[in-house]
Amino acid sequence: MKTLFDKIWDAHVVTSVNDGPTQLYINRHFCHEVTSPQAFDGLRKRNLKVLRPEKTICTPDHNIPTIDQDKPIQDPVSRFQVDTLTKNANEFGVTLWGLGHKKNGVVHVVGPENGLTLPGSTIVCGDSHTSTHGAFGAIAFGIGTSEVEMVLASQCILQPRPKTMRINIEGELGDKVTAKDLALYIIAQQTTGGATGYFVEYAGAAIRALSMEERMTVCNLSIEMGARGGLIAPDETTFSYVKGREFAPKGEEWDKSLAYWQTLKTDEGAKFDKEVTYQAADIQPMVTYGTNPGMGMGINQSIPTLESVDEAGKISYKKSLDYMGFAAGEKIEGKAIDYVFLGSCTNGRIEDFRAFANFVKGKKKADNVIAWLVPGSWGVEKQIREEGLDKILVEAGFALRQPGCSACLAMNDDKVPAGKYAVSTSNRNFEGRQGPGARTILAGPLVAAAAAVTGKITDPRSL
Amino acid sequence: MEKFTTLTSTCIPLPIENVDTDQIIPARFLKATTREGFGDNLFADWRYDKAGNPIPSFILNNPTFSGQVLVAGKNFGSGSSREHAAWAIAGYGLKVVVSSFFADIFKGNALNNGVLPVVVSEGFLAELFASMEADPKATVTVNLEAQTIVNNANGKQESFDINSYKKGCMLNGFDDIDFLLSNKDKIEAWEVK
Repeated sequence: MKTLFDKIWDAHVVTSVNDGPTQLYINRHFCHEVTSPQAFDGLRKRNLKVLRPEKTICTPDHNIPTIDQDKPIQDPVSRFQVDTLTKNANEFGVTLWGLGHKKNGVVHVVGPENGLTLPGSTIVCGDSHTSTHGAFGAIAFGIGTSEVEMVLASQCILQPRPKTMRINIEGELGDKVTAKDLALYIIAQQTTGGATGYFVEYAGAAIRALSMEERMTVCNLSIEMGARGGLIAPDETTFSYVKGREFAPKGEEWDKSLAYWQTLKTDEGAKFDKEVTYQAADIQPMVTYGTNPGMGMGINQSIPTLESVDEAGKISYKKSLDYMGFAAGEKIEGKAIDYVFLGSCTNGRIEDFRAFANFVKGKKKADNVIAWLVPGSWGVEKQIREEGLDKILVEAGFALRQPGCSACLAMNDDKVPAGKYAVSTSNRNFEGRQGPGARTILAGPLVAAAAAVTGKITDPRSL
Repeated sequence: MEKFTTLTSTCIPLPIENVDTDQIIPARFLKATTREGFGDNLFADWRYDKAGNPIPSFILNNPTFSGQVLVAGKNFGSGSSREHAAWAIAGYGLKVVVSSFFADIFKGNALNNGVLPVVVSEGFLAELFASMEADPKATVTVNLEAQTIVNNANGKQESFDINSYKKGCMLNGFDDIDFLLSNKDKIEAWEVK
């Protein structure tokens, strides 16, 4: 009796070191401009080639501007890093979807939308949100640059086998409660380090009912509770999403793959190192109030009091609330905000734009709000236009930007100024994450939409 | 990679929990294409004000505390997988980070850069912070071969875990790529399976 994780892991073991890590074969390696230059340099120093160049896909996303992408990047340091990726991809013979390429976009958005992310596979990238791809029933996790070099050189990685945890969500999500709210709820229960050392399988009726894009949102955030990754058993929702995408198997190859994918589920009676169950009905639209993603609460709730925090954590808790300009015990619903960011590998897909656009349809953006709407890829951007969502957004006073990671980590010019509040659909509310001194409130696309039209933290169910 | 055997050093205390890699090295410093120079920006937003002047209250700007060991609150290194965090710590001259809990990716990145993450109990950590507060010149001794850490101020010792493969890498200064490539026949065998 095996868990889904065990089945995929065991199928990829090349060899194991006694009392040490496993050498795991990697099916797909995604690569971006920030965490790869030193890895390619390492290959040069050792006089090594990329062992399996066809298994690596490069796309710049972290550093790129979200306007005027047809012009040279203004910041010379960013430009050099993006150019370095181009140079490395060409020199080592790996595929590049560079700036201006119709497939360019956030690495965790373009992989799935082009059919590169497949059930049962092992996927790595020098980015912690690689856990996104687990939504397809894959073992996908973020790695450091030394490990990027290992994968380029050997198509393998050395990893200690993580423990397994199953998180069951039973029942049905309520009205206007999104997959992002579900994920923020789980992280608030587990805390920011609660799943460290584990690989999580999400299961239960509420998970089965999610679309592929919603599953990606949930798995994307696995790292925010410390998990090595998160995955969901593939089912009809998965297979129908993958079928027909450009790089997905075709014809006989599809039939063979499908037959295998259908075996990818946890056997009845298989044991997890840890198992927890939550009720979907307990989940409200969520917001964060602090400086890590575990500091989240239902939008109508109050920030926990200082007394509720353990002794060793009190300094950090006070520091966190001081940074946010919030007081322990208060509510944040109704507080004025300055920025709204819709986008990122967490919520930058077509369903997120549909939800946001449908919510703001016929309403107007609040005058005090600057809104950055950044599609996760050019594929998403195209679909937004095909569905006419861009017209709805413009009508309501919004404008679309060009794809990229943008204000999620503010490596480009999309920085929230010090002291300003941003309701953000991204994944991290760390100090300075969206710009030095920026104050981030993480939320789903509907809470973001409600904030964008009222200029305040607003329960989307109240409009 | 540099070898690591034993180290006795004074410590730098950072009694903050959940220190994420965005604090260790903020994203705007990740644009470099080499591994060098990150130490100058270690904890940049806690260490310098907007004008780039040192903030005196931050521990790295306090001349009373120095050393090659950083002692931090639990769940150190959470968040982003950026290895730049390990490069910044190594670049600053730190050899050991002590905490009661580390995030996984950071731990791996540290080991791949010759920085030893030492996990201690909550009690040992609290006492170590107290020892440093009582005497900033208090030292610890870390012995990798024996897998022990001693708080020399009170003489208390704890053992720490590290898998024997990684321990061997640290003791001998080896890295993983040589190992992986030595198994090339096994990689090819897996591919035709």
